[in-house]
Amino acid sequence: MITKERALWIYEKMLEIRQFEETAWDLFCANKIHGSVHLYLGEEAVAASVCSFMTDEDYITSTHRGHGHCVAKGGDLGKTLAEMMGRDTGYCRGRSGSMHIADFSKGNLGANAIVGGGIPIATGAALSQKMQGKKDNFTVAFFGDGACSQGVTHESMNLAALWKLPIIFCIENNGYAISLPLEDNIPTDNITDRAAGYGMPSFSVDGNDVEAICEAMEQAVAHVTSGQGPVMLECKTGRWMGHWTGDPELYRTRQEVEELKAREPIQRFRARMLETGIADEETICAIEAKVTKAMADALDFAMNSPEPDPAHVTDDVFYEG
Amino acid sequence: MSEMLFTAAIARTIAEEMRRDPSVFVMGEDVGVIGGIYGASKGLLEEFGRERIRQTPISEAGFVGAGLGAACTGMRPIVELMYMDFTFVAMDQILNQVAKTRYVFGGKAKIPLVIRGQQGVGGGNAATHSQSVESLFLNIPGLKIAVPSTAADAVGLLRTAIRDDNPVLFFEHKKLYKGGKWEVPDDPEYMIPFGKADIKRQGTDVTVVATQFYVGEALKAAEELAKEGISVEVVDPRTLYPLDIDTICESVKKTGHLVTVHEACAVGGWGSEIESQVMDRVFRYMDAAPIRVGAKQCPLPFNPNLEKAVVPQIPDIVAACKRVLSK
Repeated sequence: MITKERALWIYEKMLEIRQFEETAWDLFCANKIHGSVHLYLGEEAVAASVCSFMTDEDYITSTHRGHGHCVAKGGDLGKTLAEMMGRDTGYCRGRSGSMHIADFSKGNLGANAIVGGGIPIATGAALSQKMQGKKDNFTVAFFGDGACSQGVTHESMNLAALWKLPIIFCIENNGYAISLPLEDNIPTDNITDRAAGYGMPSFSVDGNDVEAICEAMEQAVAHVTSGQGPVMLECKTGRWMGHWTGDPELYRTRQEVEELKAREPIQRFRARMLETGIADEETICAIEAKVTKAMADALDFAMNSPEPDPAHVTDDVFYEG
Repeated sequence: MSEMLFTAAIARTIAEEMRRDPSVFVMGEDVGVIGGIYGASKGLLEEFGRERIRQTPISEAGFVGAGLGAACTGMRPIVELMYMDFTFVAMDQILNQVAKTRYVFGGKAKIPLVIRGQQGVGGGNAATHSQSVESLFLNIPGLKIAVPSTAADAVGLLRTAIRDDNPVLFFEHKKLYKGGKWEVPDDPEYMIPFGKADIKRQGTDVTVVATQFYVGEALKAAEELAKEGISVEVVDPRTLYPLDIDTICESVKKTGHLVTVHEACAVGGWGSEIESQVMDRVFRYMDAAPIRVGAKQCPLPFNPNLEKAVVPQIPDIVAACKRVLSK
């Protein structure tokens, strides 16, 4: 069993992500968020568990489904929500929206709306860590089963393995590349079969099981920070909502989604904490109340944030300093 | 001043910057033992070792993206592309990632990344290894574009590029590599600011704006025209972004006539952009509509005579100058 400190941290982050995504969905339905939003509901255990092993000196790159990673990496709920609402107080001053949020101060090198686009960037960040002699630090590239069919994914894994870079390639396998089911995307039974081609150790775990992810991460972090090169970590999970907020979901049944919800990670971990005595009901309720308050404050912050001034729209294309 | 090959001047500048700043390093194909396929990284492996001279697999998108990741986390990578045609293999990383990272993240990231290599005809390599591709990148905000025409300019511009905290695409031309030895300043602080054009020849009748190999061709055309009493001013912008439009406009105000010359296709090339900007600003000083000289709208063929028929030749520049004067 994982430590109490880690367990409570992960539980809090999972709850933050859950409430954040539910709030985002409500705001989208109320026309307060424009564009499209890709919700992480159901996948919370992956970002929270993986990031529980990281400090601000460790880097991540994220995906179009990136709010969960941003929050788990220490991102401020209010600034994240404000960005999704296009406000000036958002992480990127309203220029990025949902799909490109970054927080360099927390080691979040950015979500990326191009599937697979962040993976070579993460590889370069790990190269920096190696060249700068930061032996305790590492990088996690989050991406999905869809990105596994992109060329840069292969190129990055190959480079990282050749140069023994401290990077964990974290595949969030949610079973669909938009509407393409896994069996039409990956020609073998396991994505991690590919790790052997790079001489890379791999783990394939239930991505809705916090303890399983943490157990794999412990070994993965030890491997990448000992100079032995990258690790592939597949977390098998599932998204509750469509690929994006307008997805008609013609490719799967309601029953399938209901079955997915039965494997829900947060209640499962809550029960597990009580069962093992790692936390009592009172401690857990206190966390739940704290998160609910934080989310209400974040919503208040975002809703009351100013719009960006179009007079500054071309600022920051280049660094002028 | 020293005399050296264009490629040696590039390698020497990189070495000087690597000695000065430990965060500068080189990544690219064949930059190791052979020092790059054209020798522009020659001698670097011997001095700096494999840790800082990183020979990559043939994975342009992967190592350009890794350059971006390293650049936004404290390093200053110089990524060598064997041919700038290969930017096309890495296009998502260059156009969607490198160019946009600073802006979309609200100005938080600095991207001190140089992507350099040679381009153009002269290698007998046909359609996919002979293109001049600089104009394409002008249409994407977030990239600086350097196009040196002499080894001395290349040294000054490359040093500026390496020390710049923004992404720079640095286009060398393979015909300049083969142009014998060049005079190169020895000062290891010699820098040329971006966005500052150089008037390579003074004249009064027609302004020719050219870059890279075509600055030399324009100067030869100017010699010929001088024999007929036509005085040509040759302006080399040296960087296309930022662009020193003021110097070009001042020249056109004086001559009243403008010709742009590049090896890239005339259609959609930077020549059209400069002509548009000039007309926007100083149309009332112009005696005739400007003329652009560029490659035909045709992939580059292998046969040397066919290749020559596609890209501009000195007589084309001479004819364009006469035509703009006779309008």
